[in-house]
Amino acid sequence: MEASGARMRLGRNRAPVSERTRSERRLGWLLCAPAVIAMLLVTAYPIGYAVVLSLQDVDLRFPEEGGFVGLDNYVAVLTSELWWTDLLNTVFIMVVTVAIELVLGMLIALVMYRAIFGRGLVRTVVLIPYGIVTVVAAFAWFYAFNPDTGFVNNLPLIGDETSWFGERFSAFAVIILAEVWKTTPFMALLLLAGLTTIDSGLYEAARVDGANAWQRFWKITLPLMKPAILVALLFRTLDAFRVFDTIFIMTRGAQDTESVSILGFSQLISRLNLGLGSAVSVLIFLCVLLIAFVFVRWFGVRMAEGRPGA
Amino acid sequence: MERGTREYALWSIGIVLIVFVALLPVVWIVSLSLKEPSTITTGPGISVWDAFFPKEITFDNYKSLFEGGIDDSPFIKPLINSVLIALITTLISIVLASFAAYAIARLNFPGKSAILAGALAIAMFPPISTVGPLFDMWRTLGLYDTYPGLIIPYLTFSLPLAIYTLVAFFREIPWDLEQAAQVDGATPFQAFRKVIVPLAAPGVFTAAILVFIFCWNDFLFAISLTSSDASRTVPAALAFFTGESQFTQPVGSIAAAAVIVTIPIIVFVLIFQRRIVAGLTAGAVKG
Repeated sequence: MEASGARMRLGRNRAPVSERTRSERRLGWLLCAPAVIAMLLVTAYPIGYAVVLSLQDVDLRFPEEGGFVGLDNYVAVLTSELWWTDLLNTVFIMVVTVAIELVLGMLIALVMYRAIFGRGLVRTVVLIPYGIVTVVAAFAWFYAFNPDTGFVNNLPLIGDETSWFGERFSAFAVIILAEVWKTTPFMALLLLAGLTTIDSGLYEAARVDGANAWQRFWKITLPLMKPAILVALLFRTLDAFRVFDTIFIMTRGAQDTESVSILGFSQLISRLNLGLGSAVSVLIFLCVLLIAFVFVRWFGVRMAEGRPGA
Repeated sequence: MERGTREYALWSIGIVLIVFVALLPVVWIVSLSLKEPSTITTGPGISVWDAFFPKEITFDNYKSLFEGGIDDSPFIKPLINSVLIALITTLISIVLASFAAYAIARLNFPGKSAILAGALAIAMFPPISTVGPLFDMWRTLGLYDTYPGLIIPYLTFSLPLAIYTLVAFFREIPWDLEQAAQVDGATPFQAFRKVIVPLAAPGVFTAAILVFIFCWNDFLFAISLTSSDASRTVPAALAFFTGESQFTQPVGSIAAAAVIVTIPIIVFVLIFQRRIVAGLTAGAVKG
């Protein structure tokens, strides 16, 4: 992509563009136009409209009221304790989930890459959590931990009466478990792709020089995988920040387990307060931008190396 | 020799653990769906084994899902909605994305890296940010609780995913073969049909599977932009399942419905494992 970009810049300086180049450009734009227009219509337009709504007093329960209120909705959200609690919850779930996933994902990637046997089996099996509907996974874990229907409380060493969803941090534990189970495979597959790009000759050389497995991992695997790790972290972090389905099924935000997406949903759809809800939505959007910015600036993640699919 | 055995044992433990943890919730939800409604309740004093597995296997939970036919069953209409909405979205996204991906992979024109970067940015977009405006617009436009009302927002994630996967695959295609075929006397259409289509088909198919899985999975748009079985998909319908009375939880029915929507995913995974892994990792790291 860089090479073609350079060529394009050179091409712009060369005065008359040949007819062939011009028709190629026209065809390129023509073929991309439908997809680009569709993507702009379904994202840029609604987010612009969300900004407009967030500056107004729009409450569908009281349609006669309304009008431009400036930044009042933002002030209301940012001065409410609920927003900050929910933001903290979301960041907590995001950080813990992604940290556990990175370690587990790396281990699974190593198994998929290095195991002497059963690699195909592992690759097939890890795709099941990846593909399963999040709501289904959330119900499965919810019923497993729910004292009335589950089996977890019947395990040895776990109190028979433990009410997992009755207390904040035990509820977080189950939410995080379900999220980690569902999304570690994606992390593992991205890391596996990074692993396969490492030249195996390096390991041979290190072995000859007397490096043990631990040293080989820290001195060769990790440094060479840094780009793949950062890209996987970026995608999973942004995805974890949007956490909604699992919390909705398990607690609906009870016991102070609400995430910012749940807050946005309850303002918009349950309370029909489009003004306040849109302010929450725009703030969530800004948080996502901020996270992406931090990754690109501080960690030097090259977006061109990333991919969607989390 | 000793080191070999130890390594063998270590890998075995790792593999067994991964397989066990990955399958546990799936086996659990199947087991739950086969329990007699009266035996679903567990509690203290029961062994794990008895709490996990059904005492007697029954298919009543599945039967109850389909009782009453299409009009009264809480499940049939959402299942049809899920299948149709996911298929239509996949079809639209793959067609639009194929054009764009072909252009990006094969033609030279200014702005193509911007299009790819834009698609990537849109893929990371938080869906909750568009839910409010869409809810408002759809109610005015009459798209609330309709198929297009869900298909259009699904394009936010399906188009970037499809474009990215297809570009990665199309870059690998040896396009020169098309010209070679024409030199050998094939018409442009023959060259396209006999040479390019077979080379591109696996990538297109892989992208289609990934997009379908994503649409099948959506919950946020589905609960926000629908209000009835007219367009509600299964994940949203599950959240609104009710028991026979307000005091009974429809655990068995939810479990049975959950198993049914998981079957297509398991089938995809078992048949197309290699393709899905290739699709997910294609373009993830520059080789």
